This record gives sequence, C-alpha cells and structure tokens, in this order.
Amino acid sequence: MERDKLLEEMYRVVYDGEVDRAALVAEQALASGLDPLDCLKLGFMPALERVGEEFGRGEKFLPELVAAGEAMQRALAVTGPQLAAARRDLPTPGRVLLGTVEGDIHEIGKRIVGSLLMAAGFEVVDLGVDVPARTFLERTRELQPSLVGLSALLTTTMVRQREVIEVLRQAGVRVQVMVGGAPVTPSWAEEIGADGYAEDASSAVALARRLTGGPGS
Amino acid sequence: MRGSLPPRGPIRPIRPRLGLSILGADGVKSIHEAALEVLARAGVRFPSERALAILADAGCEVDRRRQVARIPPDVAMVAISRAPRHFTLGARDPADSLSLDGEHCYLSTDGCGIEVYDLQAGSPRRSTWEDVYRSALVADYLDAIAFYWGPTVSAQDVPVAIRPLRELEAAFLGTSKHVQPETIISAEVARWCVEMALAEVGGAEELRRRPIFSVMQCALDPLGQDGGSLEASLVAAEHGIPTGFMPMPMSCATAPATLAGNLVVTTVDALAPLILIQLAYPGAPVFFAAAPTVMDLVTGGYTGGSPEDYLLGGAFNEVCLHYGLPLSMGVMATGAKLPDWQAALDNTLSTIMPVLTGTAMLTGAGLLNGSKIFSFQQLIMDCEIHSVIARVSEGIRVDPEMLATELICRIGPGGNYLADPHTLRHLRAIWRPRVVDRSPYEAWDRSGRRGAFEAATDLAKTIVEQHRPRPVEPSVRREWDRILAAAARQAEAGN
Ligand code: B12
Repeated sequence: MERDKLLEEMYRVVYDGEVDRAALVAEQALASGLDPLDCLKLGFMPALERVGEEFGRGEKFLPELVAAGEAMQRALAVTGPQLAAARRDLPTPGRVLLGTVEGDIHEIGKRIVGSLLMAAGFEVVDLGVDVPARTFLERTRELQPSLVGLSALLTTTMVRQREVIEVLRQAGVRVQVMVGGAPVTPSWAEEIGADGYAEDASSAVALARRLTGGPGS
Repeated sequence: MRGSLPPRGPIRPIRPRLGLSILGADGVKSIHEAALEVLARAGVRFPSERALAILADAGCEVDRRRQVARIPPDVAMVAISRAPRHFTLGARDPADSLSLDGEHCYLSTDGCGIEVYDLQAGSPRRSTWEDVYRSALVADYLDAIAFYWGPTVSAQDVPVAIRPLRELEAAFLGTSKHVQPETIISAEVARWCVEMALAEVGGAEELRRRPIFSVMQCALDPLGQDGGSLEASLVAAEHGIPTGFMPMPMSCATAPATLAGNLVVTTVDALAPLILIQLAYPGAPVFFAAAPTVMDLVTGGYTGGSPEDYLLGGAFNEVCLHYGLPLSMGVMATGAKLPDWQAALDNTLSTIMPVLTGTAMLTGAGLLNGSKIFSFQQLIMDCEIHSVIARVSEGIRVDPEMLATELICRIGPGGNYLADPHTLRHLRAIWRPRVVDRSPYEAWDRSGRRGAFEAATDLAKTIVEQHRPRPVEPSVRREWDRILAAAARQAEAGN
C-alpha cells in the first residue's frame, strides 16, 4: 500500500512537472526502502513516456514536456549514485552530449531537442552554450556518449561545427555527430562530415534513434 | 516586357493621426514600476569588465563573479533623463536623413536573413555579398523604406572576420539611405565601421551631425546583455553614433507566459544597456528597440505573428513614450515560407499596431520564414502594406471642405460627382495600389492570371536592372579598401 502510494507520487511529480518536489519524493521513496530500479521503471519513467506520447498527440505542450523532463532530472540528481547506477542498468537508447558551438549563445532550440530526446528515453548531457571544440572533445572522452549533437544558429558560427568534428576525428575519438540550427542544411551536414542533420526536435529524435540503432529506428 | 522605371521619389514616412491605447496610463505606470523593481532587486547581467566598472562607479551594486549589476531607481531615472528625446539618423545623401521627432514613423528592411529567393530562378539559395548589394539597391528605390536595417541577408561568400565590414560596404554602395547594421558585435568591428563612415562623411564633427549608420544590438533575455555588443555600442556612442538594444523575449521561454510579464522583461532589457550608455556618454543618442513574442507551444519556435505578438508590438511603445525616447519595433517577421495569405495577415497586423501607438521606427520588411529567407517580392509587397497602413492611420478629416455639404446639395438626388471640381481637387488623396491587383476578371485571366506577386517580380527586376543609387566617390572606395585590408590583417594576426 505504502509502496503503491509512493510509486503513484513519483509518477505524479513527473507527469505534472513538479520540479521543486521531485527530489523530495525520490528521497522519500529511497528512505522507505524502495528499489531504485523500481522507482525508475515503475514511477518516473512511465510518467515521462506518457507526457511524451501526449505531447505527440497535441494534448500536452512543450513547457509541460520540459517541466516533466526537468522533474525527472532533479529526482535523478539529488538521489545521486543509487538512481544513476540503476539507470545504467536500464536499457536506454543511449547517451547524447548536446551543446551550442563556440561564439553562439542561442539555447532554446538545443534545449528543446534535449527535452524531446530525454522524453524518448535518451540520457542527455547538456553542455550549454558557447562551448569550445576542446570542451566537446574532453567531455566526449570522459562521458563516452553514443552521440554528440551540435547546435549553431548563426551563419558565422556554423563553421564551428566543422571544427568540432575535425577535433574529434584528429583525436581519434569515434562518436556519431548530428548537427542542427537555423542556417544548417543537409548539404552543409554532408560537407562537414556530420553523420546526420535534423531540422526540428521531433526529427532530431528520429535521427538519434536511427544513428544509435535504438528502438523505432 | 518591362517599361522604364519612374525616378525614385523622396522617402515617405507615416504620420499617424489615429491613436490607440492598449495599456492605458495605469498599465504603463505598473510596468515601469515593475521594471525599476527588477533592475534594483534582480539586476542585469553585463558580461563586460568595462560595463561593470562604469555601473559600479555610478553607484550600482556589482557582483563581479556573476557579472550582475543591480541598478537603483534613482541611478536609472537620472541616466534615462540624459538621453536626447529627438535626434537625427543621417544618410549618405543628406536629403535621406531621418528626423526622430516623435511625429514620423519610419520603415526599414528586415535583417540577417540566411537565404534568398533568387529573383531569376525563384528557388531559395544561400545569400551572398551581391544579394546584400541588390537588396540595398531595391530598398534605395522604394519610397516606403526609410532606412536599411541589416544587412537584409548575410554575405556568406565573405570570410567571417571581415563579413560585417563588407556587408556595410555593400549596403552603403547600394543605398544612400541610413544604414543600421545588427552585426557590429565587438569593439574592433565598431571601430572599423566608424572609420568607414568617417571616410565617407569626411570628419568626426560631420559624423556626429550626420551619423550615416547606427547600431542595433540584441539583448540576452531575460535580464542579460552580450559583452561584445555592449562594448561595440560604447565605441559607437563615443562617436555620436546612435545605438539601440533589442530584447526579443519569448513568452514561456525567455519571458513569463503572461503578456504584462513579457513587457516587464522587455522594458528591463531595453532600459539596462541604455542606462549604461548614458552613464558612460551622457547625452549620446540611444533608442529603444524590441521584438517581443510568444513561443510556439508545439515547436518552441519564434512565432513572428500571433495575436499576442500584435498586442506586445503595439503596447511597448506606450512604455517607451513614458520615457520620451524613440522605439524601433520588430514587425513583419512572419513565419510564412512564401509571400502568401499568412504573410499578409502577419505583416499587416504586426505593423498597424505599433503605428497606431506612435512608434518611431519599424524593422522590417522583406524576410520570410521567421526572418530567415529574403524575398524581393515580399519586400515590395510589404511596402504596399506599409502604404495601406500609412493611409489608414491618417484617419478621416472632418471640416466644411471635407464634409462637402454645399456640393451634395448642389448635385442633388441621383446626380454624380465624377467630373466635379471638388472631386478633381481631392482625388489624388485617394490611395492607389502599386502591386495589388484590381484588374477585371477576363483581363486577369488573359494575362496569365498575374497578381501582386507577378507585379512585384517585374518591379524588382526593373529596379535591379535600371536603378543606380547615388555613387560613392572613388577616393572613398579606395579608403574603404585600405580599411578592409587592415581589418583582414588584424583578424589574421589575432588568430
Ligand atoms: C531568439 C533569438 C535570439 C535570442 C536567443 C535567446 C536564447 N537564450 O537562446 C538572442 C536575442 C539572444 C539572439 C541573439 C543574436 N541573434 Co538571434 N535569433 C533568435 C531567433 C529569433 C529565434 C531562435 C530560436 O530560439 N528559435 C526557436 C527554436 C525552437 O528554434 P531553433 O533554434 O531553430 O531550433 C530548432 C531547430 O533548428 C533544431 N535544432 C537546433 N539545434 C539543434 C541541434 C541539433 C543537434 C539538432 C539535430 C537540431 C537542432 O531543432 C530545434 C527545435 O525544433 C532567430 C530567428 C529564427 N527564426 O530562427 C534569430 C537569429 C538566429 N539570430 C540572428 C542574429 C544575427 C543574432 C545576433 C548576432 C544579433 C545581434 N546583433 O546581437 C545575436 C547573436 C548572439 C550570439 N553570439 O549568439 C540571426 C542569424 C542570421 C545569420 N545570418 O547568421 C537570426 C536568424 C535572426 C535574424 N535574421 O536576424 N537571438
């Protein structure tokens, strides 16, 4: 009974996007002896998936999706290693490293791509904006993502996407790279040797699935 | 089968006589007070050492680590009161200079598009230097366009390091009207641009009197500015070059979901840099700018056209009038991909609202797909929208001559007014289309169903072929070449 109530709570904080309460609920659940993996599998994850589905049907809107994703992140972050470790045991389509390239501070598009990827089950690490190529390289080495996503909104910064790809290749790091942003086109992606391009967040999810060979690819 | 082009007429600003109040005095006061509270309590991020030092000296509380300055209300209000109420946007041709006098409303082109619908092929392609020049040339000819904002598209065939300078060159070559780049985002680039302008006008004093370009920056909403842009604007202000800062808060993403909350963020992000400039260079010309909008709830995209955008676009000038400073409002930013019904809907409503609240500048005409694709036809059709709104906003004059009671009695029941002197006296005040199609159905059918788009295509081609702007002196062009080469060398050395 207590267990069911807690699971329901976990489901609800994510479904309703209660960012501020998510960590508390996760802590309560662990304190009462719930298995971290169950918390994820039966509590948080189904809620996020449901929000993703409802978003796809036009019943929920982007801010609600972002809030659900953030609630989930909070729960994972505060309860720390236990949940994170449990998460690694779950079959996920992969880890994605996202960032806006150096000299560029446009962040909304990248953030939305991140939220949708998260709702689709990907583990997303967002490096923020104005990220130098070197940082992409260092973090890729450290986190071993299956996919790196580069956002660029300016015609003057899209050349940095090429730079990141070159730096990764020169360092001998093997990772798939997808690119996007207002001035980016399929032919640009091809020219710079990116593995894929998507023009909006839902096609970015489809692309990520295809590149990582995940479900629905 | 194109005829010869009539000569270019003088710039035609709007002089609105109709008025509209969206917020009312109480609403404006509440937004002003909320903005002052946010400036003082939350503060604003200024990622520039130079800016933070100026603000600290003036008595702002500065957190160096977070690069945030809290601006007390008295510091804010004193600084704002130093800004000139009226000033001039100069032009290469002094006759094209614009007076920001609170009575006129000036339309510009839109800026920084990425692609262009090729005038010959009709399909979109990446934009080049030549497109910057050609868009300026067409803007130079069109009397509805008062100044060239932009560049309308980016010169992507030019190396990034000197791109803003080559774009300014192309704009100056294409038009003798005022140029307002949004690409001067570092102090070095600002210095080079000032040098180019000095070469053209001939001296620092003349440049102050007749600033042939001004600077438009973006704010980094919410409550933030860009360091390079701030430093570029400080360089501009030092030379008497007008500068404005454009917040683009997007409700739900970079502003509260509510429109009043959006206006508070817009006000804070427009005021903060303006205060900085006045603290550094009291009396330097500055203007407000803004393009507030609401996020698309499904894609997260910039809508560039929705009932909320129209309201925000009209309302913000009421706030600016409270400070007595001119505003440049982002209009005609339709998300439509083609010059179609949606483009007309968005661009008409987004333009009429700020006109009716007395906005000084409107930016701008010609881009589609959320300010990403330039269309010559859209530019011309946007000018037609402008001319319709110019007429509507004149309103209806009522006096004995206009009432024409005498005339009506004289003609009596069943007569007509066709050849009457009163008609001949007043008919030229009636709006006439340039590209709107009013042909009879059969004639339209026989013509191959040509509408406004086809008329605009012809006009654009004729302008590009036949119109030649006021030339730039060869000696000035040599000086620009020298400046461009020096800038390229400096960029090279910096890498
Ligand atoms: C909002 C905005 C800003 C805001 C950004 C706020 C923020 N916190 O992010 C502010 C005001 C700060 C800003 C600043 C500037 N901007 Co701006 N900005 C925009 C605007 C209007 C909307 C961008 C946006 O957020 N769209 C909404 C999101 C959801 O869409 P999106 O970003 O395209 O992302 C989608 C896809 O592209 C894709 N995607 C994005 N990233 C990725 C990554 C991957 C891996 C994948 C697969 C897909 C993908 O999926 C996303 C979701 O569907 C665009 C115009 C436009 N219509 O795009 C101009 C625009 C991009 N900006 C422009 C310019 C010029 C600037 C400035 C230089 C202006 C100035 N003078 O200061 C500065 C540059 C600052 C800098 N150094 O980066 C130009 C660029 C044109 C060019 N020729 O390069 C544009 C096109 C507008 C214009 N015509 O002037 N800008």
